[in-house]
Amino acid sequence: MDLVRSVLSGDRLALARLLSQVESGDQAGVEALNALFPHTGGGQLIGVTGAPGTGKSSLVNQLALHYRQPPGGEPRRVAILAVDPSSPFTGGAVLGDRIRMRELSGDEGVFIRSMASRGSLGGLAAASAGAVQAFDAAGYDIILIETVGSGQSEVEIAKLAHTTLVVDVPGLGDDVQAIKAGILEIADILVLNKADRPGVESAERALQGMLKLGHPTKRVMHHGRTEDVAAAKGEQAAADEWIPPIRRTVATEGKGIVELAMSIEGHRQFLESSGEWRGRERARLQNEVELLLQGELMSAWRSRVSPAQYEAALDALVERKQSPRQAVAALLNGHGGKA
Amino acid sequence: MAEKKIRVLVAKPGLDGHDRGAKVIARALRDAGMEVIYTGLRQTPEMIAEAALQEDVDAVGLSILSGAHMALVPRVLDLLRANGQDKVRVFVGGIIPDEDVTKLQAAGVAGVYGPGSPTQKIIDDIRATVTGA
Ligand SMILES: Nc1nc2c(ncn2[C@@H]2O[C@H](COP(=O)(O)OP(=O)(O)OP(=O)(O)O)[C@@H](O)[C@H]2O)c(=O)[nH]1
Ligand SMILES: [Mg+2]
Repeated sequence: MDLVRSVLSGDRLALARLLSQVESGDQAGVEALNALFPHTGGGQLIGVTGAPGTGKSSLVNQLALHYRQPPGGEPRRVAILAVDPSSPFTGGAVLGDRIRMRELSGDEGVFIRSMASRGSLGGLAAASAGAVQAFDAAGYDIILIETVGSGQSEVEIAKLAHTTLVVDVPGLGDDVQAIKAGILEIADILVLNKADRPGVESAERALQGMLKLGHPTKRVMHHGRTEDVAAAKGEQAAADEWIPPIRRTVATEGKGIVELAMSIEGHRQFLESSGEWRGRERARLQNEVELLLQGELMSAWRSRVSPAQYEAALDALVERKQSPRQAVAALLNGHGGKA
Repeated sequence: MAEKKIRVLVAKPGLDGHDRGAKVIARALRDAGMEVIYTGLRQTPEMIAEAALQEDVDAVGLSILSGAHMALVPRVLDLLRANGQDKVRVFVGGIIPDEDVTKLQAAGVAGVYGPGSPTQKIIDDIRATVTGA
């Protein structure tokens, strides 16, 4: 297959086209990914999520610059997947993350792709998993995935990553706290960006508080005392446990980026030494398989049940002639009415 | 999922600092159901061609108010071709004298739009050229 060979040989246009096929769910893209899959597994996948405007793109830009020229290390090839929501009304989208990444342009070792979330949650997760595989097979060492943290979709996408950064800023209102509590659970590293702004101290204390809620038993087990918060100092506790460190950054000035990259490396080493890397790989792939299975089973089932049957089943529900479980049993048997 | 989305890069090349027009167009295209990659101010032709390649766009919209269109646009067209993206259609918006409009069209620009052009016309033109309708 030509496209596959071109992608493997580093042809950027071929990669761009493959990404489009993957996004639209084309059969050609599926086949190319199948052929490319044995070439994946070398990339380190880093998710960056957080509320709108917290500085995710600016951070991704800085991290990419860092990995292109790590102090005292070899340059790594960097791919960026920047996901933004589609308008639920028109299906269109304005994808503006590249605005913050202009310093990366002109560098052949960097590939940036913007992606709209398009239709379904499962569809987005499958498309981003496919895009990441394409980057991985094309030989990118570091793959950064930016998503807006406002709901379930970033949780799904975070499951793709080896290491997930959750970005927070000082002075976000209380209304965002609930969202934060949800995405904090997926954080391997907490980034307190815009640390040049007032309120950093209290924002950091709030994050520490939420971290304590997230890891109460472990903390007591390993430290004996609840106030002994390793996360507060960004140190690691026992070898078999990872407590998300909090890193302060000023993305617009590149401050704190080296330290953030050290935490990312620390997390990678933790995953490897604890045997968790393989565990995450397995969980990542299991998640992808289950998403694909759900999609396939659903569409296979839909092709067997007529819209009329489906409508009849829904009517019977509304009229209380059958329960939702009875409806499912009947629909699985291929008839819509009462089982 | 199955339907092919139109992807458009909207860029503001040149040194002038106004991107209001470009933003208006970006939003209008989004409202017409397109996916717009917006790259912001002061883009060089090289940056534009590189972004068009990575994003695998169907069309590029350039907003140029600086008067430098004759320097910028042919360069973008050349770079797109050099990258193997001859199928990408280029649209230009801005204050462009009639004689230059003819030259730009001869060079391969798919559409040129002066101030006050109805956005619906731009949307229709992009859709028609991209889908080949
Ligand atoms: N003061 C300050 N401003 C910052 C910092 N990081 C980013 N910004 C600014 O915050 C704004 C948003 O930055 P982005 O990087 O686009 O944020 P984002 O999270 O990617 O935004 P969305 O993708 O729209 O959700 C920009 O105006 C940045 O210049 C920082 O560390 N300090
Ligand atoms: Mg962004």
